Amino acid sequence: MKRRWNLSVWAGFLIVLSALVTYVTVFIRFPATRDFPWASLLIFGAGLFLIARGVGRAYRQPQLYRGKIAGPILLVLGVGLLGFFCFNIFYFLRQVPPSAGAPKVGQQAPDFTLPDKDGNPVTLSKLLDAGAGGADRLNGVVLVFYRGYW
Amino acid sequence: MRLIAISVDPPEINRELCRKQGYTFTFLSDINSEVIRRYDLLHEGAGPDSRDISRPAEFLIDATGTVRWVNLTKSIAVRARPDEILKAVDALGG
Repeated sequence: MKRRWNLSVWAGFLIVLSALVTYVTVFIRFPATRDFPWASLLIFGAGLFLIARGVGRAYRQPQLYRGKIAGPILLVLGVGLLGFFCFNIFYFLRQVPPSAGAPKVGQQAPDFTLPDKDGNPVTLSKLLDAGAGGADRLNGVVLVFYRGYW
Repeated sequence: MRLIAISVDPPEINRELCRKQGYTFTFLSDINSEVIRRYDLLHEGAGPDSRDISRPAEFLIDATGTVRWVNLTKSIAVRARPDEILKAVDALGG
């Protein structure tokens, strides 16, 4: 009797791959699924569950199902991909400097002058002075330091 | 209230970014990381080709130049959400 393809193993591995791909292409765009990647972890979990189920089948019913070799390999790869994902999200991306000397609430923000996109100098204190006394009660600026565009 | 974005990118890159994305707020270039260093935000070697760049950080500064709200993220993937900043701005006005 011809043994069946162990679909569970392959589908599970595809789902694990899709967990990585959908995080980078979709879930990273929404804070709710990016800040803590619960959706991606669920997809990883579903994929690994399917692979594990397939491996179980391959070993319990080898006369019925294939996958005794591919199954464990894909399971190890899948766990490895989950490990890679978690390493990045929970370790690598958190390697930011402590910035203990950054201005704190209540302190004066250090003044500066920097060129804007057209090369014109912009000075923080001048911006604040220009805003003061205006009709807008919400005078001030939001400074957003970012990593750059690449 | 004005939004000012600061990075190590030169003005040409910021011009390109604004043109592509349609941003209308101010982008400033801190090519030598002077201001980034003064704010203790330098992330050494974290950029392309191990360039020094700024870590992500957001500050709300009132009209007297006083810092009223700070967000120093613990993960590069996690940034201040717009509603958090707006809440801080509202608190300033109230």
